[in-house]
Amino acid sequence: MISTGRKILGYVAASAVLLVGWQLLAMLIASPALPGPAPALTDFVRLFVPALLPQLGYSAWRVLASVAIGTLLAVPLGLVLGRSPRADAVFAPLVFLSYPVPKAVFLPVLLVLLGIGNTSIIALIALIVFFQILVTARDAARQIPSGSVTSVRSLGADRWQVFRHVVLPASMPDVFTALRISSGTAIAVLFFSESTAGQTGLGWYIYDAWGRIAYSEMFAGIVAMALLGVVLYELIESAERRVCRWTRAGR
Amino acid sequence: MVHVHITDASVTYQGVDRRVHALDGVTLDLAEGEPVSVIGPSGCGKSTLLFALAGLVPLDGGSMDVGGEQVAGPRLRTSLILQDFGLLPWKTVLANAALGLQVRRHPRAERERDAIAALERVGLGDFLHTYPSELSGGMRQRLALARALALDADLLLMDEPLSALDALTREDLQGLLLELWHQRKHTAVLVTHSIEEAVFLGRRIVVMTPRPGRVASIVDNPDFGTAGYRDTEAFYERCAALRRLLADEGALHVADGLTGEAETDVASEAVRR
Ligand SMILES: Nc1ncnc2c1ncn2[C@@H]1O[C@H](COP(=O)(O)OP(=O)(O)OP(=O)(O)O)[C@@H](O)[C@H]1O
Ligand SMILES: [Mg+2]
Repeated sequence: MISTGRKILGYVAASAVLLVGWQLLAMLIASPALPGPAPALTDFVRLFVPALLPQLGYSAWRVLASVAIGTLLAVPLGLVLGRSPRADAVFAPLVFLSYPVPKAVFLPVLLVLLGIGNTSIIALIALIVFFQILVTARDAARQIPSGSVTSVRSLGADRWQVFRHVVLPASMPDVFTALRISSGTAIAVLFFSESTAGQTGLGWYIYDAWGRIAYSEMFAGIVAMALLGVVLYELIESAERRVCRWTRAGR
Repeated sequence: MVHVHITDASVTYQGVDRRVHALDGVTLDLAEGEPVSVIGPSGCGKSTLLFALAGLVPLDGGSMDVGGEQVAGPRLRTSLILQDFGLLPWKTVLANAALGLQVRRHPRAERERDAIAALERVGLGDFLHTYPSELSGGMRQRLALARALALDADLLLMDEPLSALDALTREDLQGLLLELWHQRKHTAVLVTHSIEEAVFLGRRIVVMTPRPGRVASIVDNPDFGTAGYRDTEAFYERCAALRRLLADEGALHVADGLTGEAETDVASEAVRR
């Protein structure tokens, strides 16, 4: 297992590489639209508590709530579809028809139905996460080795116990992989929806700074958003370490 | 312990695009505490027979009676051990051993006590919090056995439990299986592809026909369980007799542990014709 110290060291090294690249790129392009890291980070520090932190709060709450809602709805449903041919026959066509539709196009509809603000944004991200996790959970549940199910059934397990002792834990590694991928999508959709529909959040902040031609402030916002993404990713990682301890055994 | 009466049992699977007649009128009686080996060509329905006895596959004809009751679903003290051990990789050794008790809603303290006792009995007392993937093949098989012991099973159904193991480990575990049987005198059905294993672990050996499976013959093995049986002349003779029987059934190309003897038998016969 990678220790926390080594992990932090990794992040520091990666940040250094990114900063150098950023600096070089800024020098190369020499446009006010791409300030170097120095002014951006100065603004980041200066604005963090008064301006960025409140927006970061909004954004963090939205993305956490929506990922949680999407996941909690998708996992049980996906697992049931994967294990029950009858439920699957009814719902799978629905899922596969709606899966390729880019859910972001529903933002205007959600805005009309739910109004501008938190609810629409959370609903949109949750919807997108929901579909990604649903499809993965369904496939994971279908691939469970029949030996695991048979052996637990032979012990007298009922459907719920098979679900709890076999289907749910067996699918968790795949669900977490999907969740990690979804977290990136979630942040992207967060930016899109906040910059379109609201007067709060980092997305709105970045968009607003862009409108004011305050490019170093805009990049301070972008840095904050990247941090949010890293934190979300790490949260998912640590949850996986807890839930899927066994995947690290025997390696 | 329990007796088992299988009368004219038939099983048909509804496959993806065809029906498979897997068992066709199997009749077999096991006395209380009698260990029986089952051997036969691949696909003849040996696993199906065990699954039906475990209450996992419904019969479409005949009946199965375990301890005076018709098999209608999984039974409390029947334990099924599979070739890939049926262990759950996401549960620790202790949780795997205790799983049967947990499914039956025994209180936590009680099931841990029973599971630990069973694990100690098979020599896994020091590995309670390890995961199955950290165990060797032989240890995993011991764990599967411990699960059955924790349940205090009186009918042990084993589907090629040792076939994934190397020869040494396999012999070691055959010894353990015999020892446990001597201690507990449970009724047992052992499906195996190994002639030596069938003779070493079965008081009687049931030979099955190719699919649809029927009982071709039953070989008595009166010396089963005697000390040092594996090294006796009687053991070799019994193995040779069983091998000839299997050759007649046309099963030998799948039976492992076959030596040149049976093959030359079949070959010389072909030459003579
Ligand atoms: N779930 C199933 N659906 C359809 N057919 C099945 C199913 N399970 C087994 N069969 C078929 O039933 C027959 C008997 O299978 P079974 O697994 O009992 O054989 P076996 O004697 O255990 O074989 P092996 O020695 O290779 O393990 C085979 O022809 C197999 O294809
Ligand atoms: Mg089989």
